[in-house]
Amino acid sequence: MMTSTQITAKPVRQRSSALDVQRVRRDFPILARQVNGKPLVYLDNAATSQKPQAVIDALVRYYTDSNANIHRGVHTLSVRATDLYEHARDRVRAFINAASSKEIVFVRGATEGVNLVAQTHARARLRAGDEIMITNLEHHSNIVPWQLLCAQTGAVLRIAPINDEGELIFEEFERLLGPRTKIVSFTHVSNALGTINPVVKMTELAHRIGATVIIDGAQAVPHAKVDVRAIGCDFYVFSSHKMFGPTGVGAVYGRLELLEAMPPYQGGGEMIKSVTFENTTYNDVPHKFEAGTPNIAGTVGFGAAIDYLEEVGFDAIAEHEHNLLVNGTERLSTIPGLRLIGTARDKAAVLSFVVDGIHPHDIGTILDQHGVAVRTGQHCAQPVMDRFGIPATVRASMAFYNTREEIDSLAAALRHAVEVFG
Amino acid sequence: MHEAEDLYQEMILDHYRRPRNRRAMETADAFAEGYNPLCGDRVKVYVQVEDGIVKDVSFQGAGCAISTASASLMTESIRGKSLEQARALFNRFHGLITGEPAENGAPELGKLEVFSGVGKYPARVKCATLVWHTVNAALENRKETVTTE
Repeated sequence: MMTSTQITAKPVRQRSSALDVQRVRRDFPILARQVNGKPLVYLDNAATSQKPQAVIDALVRYYTDSNANIHRGVHTLSVRATDLYEHARDRVRAFINAASSKEIVFVRGATEGVNLVAQTHARARLRAGDEIMITNLEHHSNIVPWQLLCAQTGAVLRIAPINDEGELIFEEFERLLGPRTKIVSFTHVSNALGTINPVVKMTELAHRIGATVIIDGAQAVPHAKVDVRAIGCDFYVFSSHKMFGPTGVGAVYGRLELLEAMPPYQGGGEMIKSVTFENTTYNDVPHKFEAGTPNIAGTVGFGAAIDYLEEVGFDAIAEHEHNLLVNGTERLSTIPGLRLIGTARDKAAVLSFVVDGIHPHDIGTILDQHGVAVRTGQHCAQPVMDRFGIPATVRASMAFYNTREEIDSLAAALRHAVEVFG
Repeated sequence: MHEAEDLYQEMILDHYRRPRNRRAMETADAFAEGYNPLCGDRVKVYVQVEDGIVKDVSFQGAGCAISTASASLMTESIRGKSLEQARALFNRFHGLITGEPAENGAPELGKLEVFSGVGKYPARVKCATLVWHTVNAALENRKETVTTE
């Protein structure tokens, strides 16, 4: 039987200096394919990222060699599957520098993460008239769970505004924090605009008035090293699929004392210690929040994605993506009639824009004919669009496997769109 | 010719840039609203019907080239038609977009044939059909918002 020691004994090849983009591209089989007769230029990474062979192999290997249900059987495969699953939990813990793997709850993704925190910790904490604060930058998944909770508890939703650059207006955020603010939930990086929020400062201010801080990290984790203890937040949620792992799995980090005090989220198997018709004892954290058979293979793949990302190295990723952002911003500024939406000083490699006289959907269709995949629409962030008075944008969102040549392809395809509509 | 030009033919671009009958109608007998939650496009269609004939039809709203041109050409196509003819035209147009062959006795589409390329772009079918669902609702005098979902 393989032990967990053997599982962790994977050698780490640290790729030290600058990113070798051609080398990392070879790790992603899909990047070699053509779309509409053109090489795929995948610039929809904020929607979901592509998967390296290492992650694909981890899924295949899991189902080929190790598949069984976890935390259930005494047989070899069940023990093996449990080891792999719990090993992934420890990889997630180390990835975000949580103190204990008990602080990592596996969920379906960031959306379920927000819902879990809303319906357990927040619901237990809120009284009618209390306030929940979010920002104007949020994805619908960090808006609607709070609206549902407001309807259940009589709490009030407050929205911290943003400026014309798409940055949080910090003074307004500070001013809106009051004695009734019990929950403060905000995104680390905006999916629609790429704005990076000053999460450390925001957390500190919210904690000063005793509020619980929840951070939606879905768009942050693929781009930069996240340290939940350095941020100081109470909860941090993110998805595997946006960081090169499988879909259908994500994690909630929660401070242990908060998780331990929380009521369960869903009832079922695994989340209990003993069940009789008279009385049920819940399992310890984090299992108390993981009712039912989880996405075991996906979770193992999630761990493989973390291994892969750390092997590439966040310093190299950050430098490469910054160069792409600077280059892309320059290139797009040469397209006639193009206006960038979201020009924050501190920004991830996301280019959201509109072009005079051409609807984003028409741009999206023409770009697709060039093999260029972008997102067009509201990006599940309708209030961001409303703030800028536009129905939709085109969004090119980059990952470390994108190249300057792909930015050139984007610019060429945009010129063609301008020509067609000229 | 690049494939994008198959979709964005000159007539579509012309009706996108200079939409016909894009105006509110104070004398309307009925109107209906259409909404495509995928892109956020909204369209409002007004109709004036006399003796079972569409006397006037107009629309309001801004969307992509396909949806705007579709709205503009729809207004031109159904004005003067009987309610029955308008419905038959809608059915035939829907068939064109979704690739169904014309049945015997189906009306001629005329200019609307320009949308024949849309069927190759499944993500764009609703852009072309939303305004037709909406005018259908207006002609049936249904008040609820029509959606593409």
